[in-house]
Amino acid sequence: MKILVAVKRVIDYNVQIRVKEDGTGVVTDNVKMSTNPPDDNAIEEAVKIKEAGKASEVVAVTVGEEKAQETVRKALAVGADRGVHVKVDGTLEPLAVSKILQKIADKEKPDLVFMGKQAIDDDCNQTGQMLSALLNWPQATFASKIDVKDNKLEVTREIDEGLETIEINVPAIVTCDLRLNEPRYASLPNIMKAKKKPIEEIAASDLGVDVSPRLEQLKVEEPPKRKAGIKVANVAELVQKLKNEAKVI
Amino acid sequence: MAVLLIAEHNNKELRPFTLNAATAASQIDSDVHAVIIGQNFADASKQLCEIPVVKKVLSVEGAHYENFTAENFAPVIVKLAENYSHIVCSANTFGKNLMPRIAAHLDTSQVSDIIKVISPDTFLRPIYAGNAFATIKSNDAKKCITIRPTSFDPCESTGGSAPIEKVDASEEFSNTKFIKREEIKSDRPELGTARIVVSGGRGMQSGDNFKLITEIADKLGAAIGASRAAVDAGYISNDHQVGQTGKVVVPDLYIAVGISGAIQHLAGMKESKVIVAINKDGEAPIFSVADYGLEADLFEALPQFMEELNKLNTIQK
Repeated sequence: MKILVAVKRVIDYNVQIRVKEDGTGVVTDNVKMSTNPPDDNAIEEAVKIKEAGKASEVVAVTVGEEKAQETVRKALAVGADRGVHVKVDGTLEPLAVSKILQKIADKEKPDLVFMGKQAIDDDCNQTGQMLSALLNWPQATFASKIDVKDNKLEVTREIDEGLETIEINVPAIVTCDLRLNEPRYASLPNIMKAKKKPIEEIAASDLGVDVSPRLEQLKVEEPPKRKAGIKVANVAELVQKLKNEAKVI
Repeated sequence: MAVLLIAEHNNKELRPFTLNAATAASQIDSDVHAVIIGQNFADASKQLCEIPVVKKVLSVEGAHYENFTAENFAPVIVKLAENYSHIVCSANTFGKNLMPRIAAHLDTSQVSDIIKVISPDTFLRPIYAGNAFATIKSNDAKKCITIRPTSFDPCESTGGSAPIEKVDASEEFSNTKFIKREEIKSDRPELGTARIVVSGGRGMQSGDNFKLITEIADKLGAAIGASRAAVDAGYISNDHQVGQTGKVVVPDLYIAVGISGAIQHLAGMKESKVIVAINKDGEAPIFSVADYGLEADLFEALPQFMEELNKLNTIQK
């Protein structure tokens, strides 16, 4: 089995983002960037499946500007075999990304495509489902457990009511939850080795895909701030305030 | 053109967030039609007809719809979409799973998780875990919108009498097979709609210790929440998780116990009306959003909290 894993470069999850004063977006200059966290789970799962002898190759793909290649390099350092970097300027909408990934899937012919369930920058939660629609493949979203069985996967999905288990035939798309596994850290020797692994660079414009934006971001603003609260001295005071001041209990 | 609302149900009754999505749909256009897809859902369908803002109900029945598989739902909705300007449903796991599949088939850029309808083509949505709000204008002819249910009030649920129109089922998608659903049954209010939520974090130290929270939740008629750390540690099941990748809650009262307040958790609860934080670390970020902060060891504070509640003559439910 061949597994294609899509990874995205985003502002690091620990960074407190700042909105630009002119309202055009958030500040990204001199801000720490890293791989979208659930994409790390996607890579980890693919590598684990390969280590278990159930996959022959793991290919990491990213769609993004020059520096997005760092996320592919990181995937290579934790066990992906080779990389694909589809170069674009600026940010694309999930629909455009899924069209590009469709082209890559047509070319690479993977049995499985993994990615994180949601990117923590735009919080869209769309790309995996859109790709699976375009390919007309089954989709297992929000996966917290994957069992590979010949040409099928049994996937446990986290849903609002609890857990759901489905069985999907390959080829298929899986979007990964943070609870799927514990992503490993890259060791120094593996980081060095990853530098020698190949990354194919493809210009998005060569793929013949319409990536023009359909949405206009008119404004980005700070959310309303909560007014500062108070510290109470003890539990009795807390309960009294909830009862008589906030009147919520 | 009218707006098509996708009803969420469990084949027995409508799921409550359908009412919130109906509110959002009616803010886009007064002509709201709703589609219900499933198997043996007569009661749920009746409830849908009774929603006053819903002018017409489209009903699609088939054995392959019983488990709400997106691969089966999408084609039939895509076909219906011809007659509609907008497709709307809730941004919960049902809608998140389904809507992008519809949008891609329609070649439409979806607008996810909106918190406000500014005009029929312009919406407000949170990005970066709610640390910024983006105003987004959609230039697609058809718009696929998921709505954050807690940002829209539920609409009236009775008094309407929309006619039902049967719609032919689409073919079954055979490459996805439903195996089972493990729903956690509870007599407590649903986390997403509860008036009070009591949440525990890593500071709870074990699943057993959550009984300190359960006791208080039962006394207050509250739902139980948790931080991702607590779910990851196995203290409590995933359906309790509040935050950027879990549920978003907006209760009248949110009590965060032993939760440090990572931005990913704040994303799921900081719109709550009144926030209480109980934490022994006075520097914990949770205090920055708390209306009432108590710097204390939760293992002392929670039993005292229970005692104080027991002293009250009345408790609002």
